[in-house]
Amino acid sequence: MTAPLLRVEDLRLALAGDRASHDAVEGVSFEIGRGEAFGLVGESGCGKSITALAVMGLLRAPLSLAGGRIVLDGQEIQDASAAEMRRLRGKRIGMIFQEPMTALNPLSPVGRQIAEMFVLHEGASWNEAMDRAEEALRQVHVPSPERRIRDFPHQLSGGMRQRVMIAMALACGPDLLIADEPTTALDVTVQAEIIDLMAELCSAKGTAILMISHDLGLVANMCRNVAVMYAGRIVERQPADAIFAHPRHPYTQGLVDSLPRLGERAKRGRQKLREIAGVVPSIAAYPSGCRFNPRCPAATDICRQVAPDLTALPAGGLVRCHHHG
Amino acid sequence: MLSILVRRIANIIPTLLAVIALVFLLFSVLPGSFISGMNEDGRSTIDPAVMERMRKEMGLDDPLPERFAKYVARTAVGDLGTSFRTREPVTSMIGARVWPSLKLVFAAMAFAICVGVTLGFVAALKPGSLVDTLSMVGAISGLSLSQFWFGLMLMYLFALQLKLLPSFGYGDGGLRHLILPAVALGVGPMALLARTTRAAVVEVLNADFVRTARSKGMSERLVVKWHVLRNALVLVVTIVGLQFGSLMGQAVVVEKLFAWPGVGSLLVDSVFQRDMPSVQGCILMIVLFFLVINTLVDLAYVVIDPRIRYR
Repeated sequence: MTAPLLRVEDLRLALAGDRASHDAVEGVSFEIGRGEAFGLVGESGCGKSITALAVMGLLRAPLSLAGGRIVLDGQEIQDASAAEMRRLRGKRIGMIFQEPMTALNPLSPVGRQIAEMFVLHEGASWNEAMDRAEEALRQVHVPSPERRIRDFPHQLSGGMRQRVMIAMALACGPDLLIADEPTTALDVTVQAEIIDLMAELCSAKGTAILMISHDLGLVANMCRNVAVMYAGRIVERQPADAIFAHPRHPYTQGLVDSLPRLGERAKRGRQKLREIAGVVPSIAAYPSGCRFNPRCPAATDICRQVAPDLTALPAGGLVRCHHHG
Repeated sequence: MLSILVRRIANIIPTLLAVIALVFLLFSVLPGSFISGMNEDGRSTIDPAVMERMRKEMGLDDPLPERFAKYVARTAVGDLGTSFRTREPVTSMIGARVWPSLKLVFAAMAFAICVGVTLGFVAALKPGSLVDTLSMVGAISGLSLSQFWFGLMLMYLFALQLKLLPSFGYGDGGLRHLILPAVALGVGPMALLARTTRAAVVEVLNADFVRTARSKGMSERLVVKWHVLRNALVLVVTIVGLQFGSLMGQAVVVEKLFAWPGVGSLLVDSVFQRDMPSVQGCILMIVLFFLVINTLVDLAYVVIDPRIRYR
């Protein structure tokens, strides 16, 4: 097997508090191969977004990188200088954010915001960059891009704005695209279009995707491998189809059960969607033992006392549960 | 753009009418008048018959609504009446004082913007630094300073002690006489601008699109230049507009203190003598200035922020 494009090893992110510092994320490891789509799933507050920001080198106080390695294409980047990281960002790693309205500068025409990429990373002149921005908009299927490049973000719909974000993130042909909840803020009908567009462009250019979402269904459709995070740790990692068919961690099981399925309602009668009881614990108050134990239907004494390790499953994949058998 | 301008100017008229009405009302409930004031120094006595005649001549006998209607009608054709005190047309009295007032207000605002906005920016870009702490301490002091006291201190230090600048007066209208009153008048808006600029820049620096800009591999300098400046400016312009507009009114104290021959000091003198036409004229001038500046600020928004369209 060739070296992966991105390898994250034992990542630890610290959140500085008033009195003590807490680990917001710990022991997170995963690999993404070239051109592979990898999904990171979990509820809000589980640490998936800050993991992505750590890869981008965009953590800001009170968050900081406390340990672990981030290897991009064989090169360790966790200690890279600010200038080195600037050359990687945008050029080798592109990123799309959740809310395309606030993620775009409201006072700058969208064409210009895309053109900045060519000026920054390829030394293009503004004229040339604007022409290429128009072409980039055409590639993300924005109608009449020659007019749209002069539009301001508020003149575009949510879906169009997210297309602009995609055009921007992919402008310089990065090796990796990080998509942080790219469709959460969009209408359901537009969500599928955006996902298809990302998949189409990335597979055409061989761009790997790190897809971050709370929506297991969406991630499983798009990605080959999926890791599920809970309270700052990866609790399960499996190929996408396996995670759906045989979720091994009770939390993943809960996520799968909470997805609506067509036809199921008739079979089970008028049953409500199942939810996972309780909420994600706050970083300062992680429970001892398995962090999921207060919400876990199968929790026993050992779960409350001993933190489980990630163990390999016979069929491949990893799970962090005392009772995964 | 032109139609916006026309509509904005049309909007000014009812405001002016309301202001005139208010001043009329206030002066009618105030005890005493220009005539009764003439007796107050106790040195001269005036024949009651003369006072009666003067009252009639000046129209102080007429009922309030009538006086108001007359005044509005004359103002509409650009006649602000004749000063009780000097017997000059109020328009020419104010005319002579508008230029010094404008000079003072613009100089004060230029000082406030240059120093305040710069300090605010530097403080926001280096939060927690010495510059940040110092400029914010300075800003709070500047806000809480009394113009009167600060003006006196400036006079004492720069005129009396260092003998660098003239202590008061208009002189030949040159820069040397302008500096001290402009600084005294500008220090309040400067402090406010420093604080609001800092807050605006900090807010914009935390905006999502700034994170996007950083994710594009932009240096902090370019992030500020391409994405922060203009967005922060929208917020700063609001404060500049509000401060600018009210500055001519605030200038009353400073003009009096520095014996600056502006509209403000004319207003103070006229109020003391209950010189109604002159007071009216001065207040009208100050309000008009406020309204014009506000209109210009509204137009500036359209230029800066593409999201704003007036209908």
